[in-house]
Amino acid sequence: MAELTLVQAINLALTQEMEADQRVLILGEDVGKNGGVFRVTENLQERFGEDRVVDTPLAESGIMGSAIGLAIGGLRPVAEIQFEGFLGPAYDQLTNHAARYRTRSRNAITIPLTVRVPVGGGIHAPELHSDSPEAIYAHTPGLKVVMPSNPYDAKGLLISAIRDPDPVVYFEPKRIYRAFRQEVPEDEYTVPIGKARIVEDGTDLTLITWGATTLQCIEAMDNLPEDLSVELIDLRTIYPYDLDTIVESVNKTGRCVIACEAPKTGSMAAEIATAVQEHCFLRLQAPIQRVTGFDTVMPYYKLEMQYLPDAARIGEGVMACAEY
Amino acid sequence: MPKRIAYTTEIEYIQILDEHANFDESLGKGTLRDDEVVFLYEQMSIVRHYDEIAFKLQRSGRMGTYPQNKGQEAAAAGAGFAIKKNAPGSWLVPCYRENLALFLNGLPMEKILLHWMGDERGNQIPDGVNILPIAIPIGTHPLHGAGLAWAIKYRDRVMNESRDNRVVISFFGDGSTSEGDVHEAMNFASALKVPAIFLCQNNRWAISTPISKQMGSETVVQKACAYGMHGIQADGNDIFAMYKVTCDAIERANNDNMPTLIEAITYRLGDHTTADDARRYRDPAEVEAWESKDPLIRTRKYLETRNLWDNTKQTALEAKAKQMVSEIVKNAEGIETPTSDDIFDYTFANLPDEIVRQRDTMHTHSLGQNPQQETLNAHSHAGAR
Ligand SMILES: Cc1ncc(C[n+]2csc(CCOP(=O)(O)OP(=O)(O)O)c2C)c(N)n1
Ligand SMILES: [Mg+2]
Repeated sequence: MAELTLVQAINLALTQEMEADQRVLILGEDVGKNGGVFRVTENLQERFGEDRVVDTPLAESGIMGSAIGLAIGGLRPVAEIQFEGFLGPAYDQLTNHAARYRTRSRNAITIPLTVRVPVGGGIHAPELHSDSPEAIYAHTPGLKVVMPSNPYDAKGLLISAIRDPDPVVYFEPKRIYRAFRQEVPEDEYTVPIGKARIVEDGTDLTLITWGATTLQCIEAMDNLPEDLSVELIDLRTIYPYDLDTIVESVNKTGRCVIACEAPKTGSMAAEIATAVQEHCFLRLQAPIQRVTGFDTVMPYYKLEMQYLPDAARIGEGVMACAEY
Repeated sequence: MPKRIAYTTEIEYIQILDEHANFDESLGKGTLRDDEVVFLYEQMSIVRHYDEIAFKLQRSGRMGTYPQNKGQEAAAAGAGFAIKKNAPGSWLVPCYRENLALFLNGLPMEKILLHWMGDERGNQIPDGVNILPIAIPIGTHPLHGAGLAWAIKYRDRVMNESRDNRVVISFFGDGSTSEGDVHEAMNFASALKVPAIFLCQNNRWAISTPISKQMGSETVVQKACAYGMHGIQADGNDIFAMYKVTCDAIERANNDNMPTLIEAITYRLGDHTTADDARRYRDPAEVEAWESKDPLIRTRKYLETRNLWDNTKQTALEAKAKQMVSEIVKNAEGIETPTSDDIFDYTFANLPDEIVRQRDTMHTHSLGQNPQQETLNAHSHAGAR
C-alpha cells in the first residue's frame, strides 16, 4: 500500500475509474496539460488523451451545462470547477438542471455527474477562493454533497460519486491537499455515500465535523482534560448525511458540539443541531454548541485565520458543552 | 430572391508603432505628443519595476498570489491615458492585468499591493476615483460596466446631469470572453445604447489554455458584430494604436451612445500568476518571439531615434523607479494590521444583532453561544484556554 496525499488519492481514483469505464471523462479549466491548478488531474491527459481529459473554455455555466448533456448522452462526466467561488456562474445549471432532471422527467432522464470542487480557507488565496458553501448545495434537493477529510476516504468517496446514478458535488478541502499522507489501498474500493466515520470513540460528548476542520478537532481533543471522553464523528457525506450514527452517538453521550468553517446561520451545523434536538431531546444534557465561521463574507487572507474555527475555539466549545 | 448574403462585415486592425519601432506617420498623426510618449514610457517602466518587485515579494513570502502585468503595459497605458486625457472621471472596471490604467486614473499604487497582500483596504478606492475593485471572478464585471454606463446615460437624460464626456471602460482577458456574462454585457450595452467600452486584452493564454482551445473563432473582436457594435483590433503592445482606438471609442460613446469592443493583441510574458509555472504548458520559443515585441523596447527606440531619450535619462529613470517602488512597498507593508472587527464591520450599513454578537464574543466565547445563558458562559470562561 502506498502512502498518498489527498491530491494523489483523488488522482488515483480518477485514473482507476477512467481505466475501468470508458464513459468516464474529465472536463474543466486547465485540467489537461497543466493537470489542474492544484495538479489533481496531473498526467491524466497524457495517459488518456485529449478526448477524455478536456480543457474547456473558461465558463463554469458551460462546463456544468454541457456536463449535464454529456451525462444525458450516456457518459459519466467528472467536471472540475477551479474554486468553490466559481460555482457561482454554474449555479443555475447545477441547481436548476442537474439537480432536477430526474424529478422533472419522472426518472426518464438522470444525471450521473460528479462535480469536483476545491473548498475552504486557509491557503492565503484571493477572494472567492476560500469559501465553504456546502450548505447551499446540501439545501438543493436532488444533489448529493460529500467532503472527505483524508486520502483514504477521498479515493473511496470519489469512486462512489462517479458510480452514483445522481449528481454528486465532491468538495475537496484544499487546505489539506498535501497536508499529510495516509496508506491508500491500490485496489479499487468505495466509501459509501451517506455513511459517517467515527474517528474516535467516546462516551461524554459527541463532536461532529467534516472536511479540513476534522484536523482542528483532533488537535483540540489533544488538549482536552484526560477524563473527558469525546466521540469524534467525521460526517464525510454532507447530504444525505448519516443521521443514524449521529443519533446513536448523542443518545450515548448526551452532549453535542458541531464544528465547521461555513458561516453559522443556515449552515449544516444548524441542520444537524435541529435533527439532534428532534431525535435526542430527552437525552440532551446541554445546549448543542456550534463552532463555525461567522455570518460575514470570508475575509481576505490577513484575517482568515481569525475567521476559521481553530483548535482553541473548538476546545472552548467542547468545554462549554461538557461543563454545562 | 431565395438566397442572398444576410450579413457581411470587415474589421480593422491598427498598428502605429511596430516591433521594430517603425512609425506610421499618417495613422500616428495627432495621437500622442512627444512629452506624452516620454511620460508613458516612464510610467510603463515604473510599472514594470513594480511588477518585478511584487513578484519578489511573493517569492519571499511577503505577499500572496500576484498576477504579473509584464508585457501588457502598453494596452493599459494607451487606453488608460486616453481616458485620463479625453474622458477624465470615467469609470474603470478592471480585472487584474491593467495596473497602469488604474494608476494613471488616480488609484494609489500601494492599493494593488495591499490587495494581493490579502488586505481588503487594497480595494478601498479613494473618494473621487472612479475605479471598481479588482475582479477576481473572471468575466463577471463587464456587466457592471454596462450598468454603470447605463447610469451615466440615465443621469444625463432623466436627471439632467452633465456627462462631461464620461464613459465606462471594462477590462478583461481572452479567456473571459468565454463567460456568458461578458456576452450579456456587450448585448445589453448595444441594445440599450450606452457609453461603454469593452477592452479585451488578448494575451493568447488563459492560465494554461491557449486561445485555440478557448474559442473556435479567429478573433475576439468579430464578436462585436454579433452584438451590432463597433469592433476594432489593435496591436496591444503599441501605445499609439491603443491610445487612438480608445479615443475613437470614447468619441463614439459620447456622440452616439454606442459601445465599442477593442481587442488588444498582446502577450503575457510572465506566468499566469506567481502560483503558476507556464513552462509546464508553453513553448519557450513562443515566449522568446514575443519578448522582442515588448512594448518597452519599441517605445524606447521610438524616443531614442527622435533624440527624446538617452542612457543618462534611462539611468535616472531606473533610479527613480527603484526609489518610488520601495517607498510604495514600505507604505503597503507598514500599514497597521487590521483588527478582527474588520471581519464584521463592513457586512451591512447596520449590523444585525447576531453579527454584533459574533463580533463581540469571538475572543471570549466559542461561537454560537447565546450570551443570555449565563451559566454556560461562566463555565466556558473557566474551562477553556
Ligand atoms: C469565474 C472564474 N473562473 C475561473 C477562475 C480562475 N481563473 C483565474 S484567471 C483565469 C484565466 C483568465 O484568463 P484571461 O481571461 O485570458 O485573462 P488573463 O489571466 O490571461 O489576463 C482563470 C481560469 C476565476 N478567477 N473566475
Ligand atoms: Mg488571457
